[in-house]
Amino acid sequence: MGKDLIQKSLKDSLFTGIIALALFGPIVGLRTVAKNEVLVVEPKWFVVLLIVIFCAVGRFFINIYSYKKEKRRGEPSSFGKAISNFLDEKGAQIAIAAIAFSIIFPFMPFADRYWMDIAIMMMTYIMLGWGLNIVIGLAGLLDLGYVAFYAVGAYSYALFAIHFGWSFWICLPIAGLFAGMFGILLGFPVLRLRGDYLAIVTLAFGEMIRILLLNWYELTKGPDGLTGIPRPSFFGLPFKRYPDEGVETFHTFFGLEYDPMQRIVFLYYLILVLALITNAFTIKIRRLPVGRAWEALREDEIACKSLGVNPRNTKLTAFAIGAMFGGFAGSFFATRQAFISPESFTFIESAIIVAIVVLGGMGSQTGVVLSTIFLIGLIEVFRDFESYRMVAFGGAMVLIMIFRPRGILAKRKPTITMGKHG
Amino acid sequence: MLNISKVETFYGNIQALRGVDVKVNEGEIVALIGSNGAGKSTLLMTISGVNKAATGEIFFDSKSIANLPPHDIVNLGISQVPEGRRIFSRLTVEDNLRLGASVNEKGKNFDQDSKDVYDLFPVLKDRLSQRGGTLSGGEQQMLAIGRAMMARPRVLLLDEPSLGIAPKLVNQIFASIKNINKEKKVTVFLVEQNAKKALELADRGYVLVNGKISLEGLGKDLLNNPDVQAAYLEGGK
Repeated sequence: MGKDLIQKSLKDSLFTGIIALALFGPIVGLRTVAKNEVLVVEPKWFVVLLIVIFCAVGRFFINIYSYKKEKRRGEPSSFGKAISNFLDEKGAQIAIAAIAFSIIFPFMPFADRYWMDIAIMMMTYIMLGWGLNIVIGLAGLLDLGYVAFYAVGAYSYALFAIHFGWSFWICLPIAGLFAGMFGILLGFPVLRLRGDYLAIVTLAFGEMIRILLLNWYELTKGPDGLTGIPRPSFFGLPFKRYPDEGVETFHTFFGLEYDPMQRIVFLYYLILVLALITNAFTIKIRRLPVGRAWEALREDEIACKSLGVNPRNTKLTAFAIGAMFGGFAGSFFATRQAFISPESFTFIESAIIVAIVVLGGMGSQTGVVLSTIFLIGLIEVFRDFESYRMVAFGGAMVLIMIFRPRGILAKRKPTITMGKHG
Repeated sequence: MLNISKVETFYGNIQALRGVDVKVNEGEIVALIGSNGAGKSTLLMTISGVNKAATGEIFFDSKSIANLPPHDIVNLGISQVPEGRRIFSRLTVEDNLRLGASVNEKGKNFDQDSKDVYDLFPVLKDRLSQRGGTLSGGEQQMLAIGRAMMARPRVLLLDEPSLGIAPKLVNQIFASIKNINKEKKVTVFLVEQNAKKALELADRGYVLVNGKISLEGLGKDLLNNPDVQAAYLEGGK
């Protein structure tokens, strides 16, 4: 058996090497450079050779790994399983510890501007992941255009704040409402679609919104973007060093020295609260009839119909509520950046959010946090190696799919449990 | 109570029902038998509104329901236990039951209704926090019937309740169906391949062949009918 396996694996890795050669040969191996104003081809066969060897050897070890995994199937020994069991048992304590850590994080000695920015970005992605988890994880609708709602939220906040001068706290629910309406708008035409077809239409929807933003110059200023978006205030107290005459600011009201970090810390807590609201809402709604109907719809649409669940309303609420949280996150994004343009809402953003949800283990709230830390953290770590960032990102996804094919936390908890003797 | 007249249903270009007439009176158990592909399940799905009848009429208490969406039909009091049970396998047994109650205004009668279901199928009470998929086939069928009962139906449509279940449990499930009919006063329309069992239980029966009703009569008359015996009962085997 063992010899047979090695022979098979060798054959397989040879084949992989050939495919890698065919793919990377032209892409990497033949490079055009301008020499004396003439375009010449400069071969880089050594790099190609390295890639091909890497792919072939990698494939070989993956084969051995999956064979071993096959052999010990049924034995709960894998590392990932140990983690998810641990999270299951200590889930509540870990969640509290994580929240406590998030609360004291800004007062840690190492939490400088850079770390705070990363933390805010991660929180934004966690919130987006949790919002999309409603659509993908609970209702089972693969939405590849989630960034559209993020964009709608950001633009509606920006436009209302700029043109009407409304404060963040008034614009936030409006932005959520607008995004939710767009969710319903997307929901109607895709009611009858599922699986791949649904994914394609949602993808197109995301692009449509971006192109609309790009071309509706009168409203959105197109590629120039919207500038001068008002910053949020602390219940009416702005964060400004030199306020207008007679206006009290955050630092004068509390008798503090002015420090630009005050605003950053406030933003951090803002997104933390928004994200936690998203999470609490999702946990709560899973126990309500509409949340249960989402999960049932994911499991079996015909059974749902025969029980009197209205699939149309159920799907539309899933789209609308998921979109609403995307809209909240979008208005936070707009107020943090103070500048938005369609460039921030490309397909890659949707892809990252979907990746966060899928790699985390669909439907798992903790999984979203873990995969966000992993993926966004990785992108940050590789920020200095600009051109390798996406390679690392793609590599991380491939690795997760090999070792944890159903996501980091693949186990879904039942919504109701009955104590020990249940 | 349920009056189906000249119903024709299509899947794309393929005609599954070719003018079906069936009548179910209040308090009856009516069985529909027929071979694979005769259109039995299609008829139930058409009554439930999951498939739409192209022509013909379906009346429930003299109200036309042929063009209503499925959730409205369940609301009126027609619940279906679909073929193959269709349990939500990754949700708990309790969640499954609660979903069955989703037409009763957020399941506010859940405690009373679920108690009735546990009286019918005591085993479900011990399995409340288990996932539906971990139940045995027979238990899943009980859950599917219990789930449909949560909607407080006046007519219960059952699609092949004996499918893939151990013979001993089949007897138990048929006994519960009888119980539902007699004690809970629910009218039952039953589709079965197990013709003998179904006709023994039923007051009246229909035989569906190629999308058309070919025979109808009292359950015991059909049991003794030589054609039925030849085609669907031991005599034919």
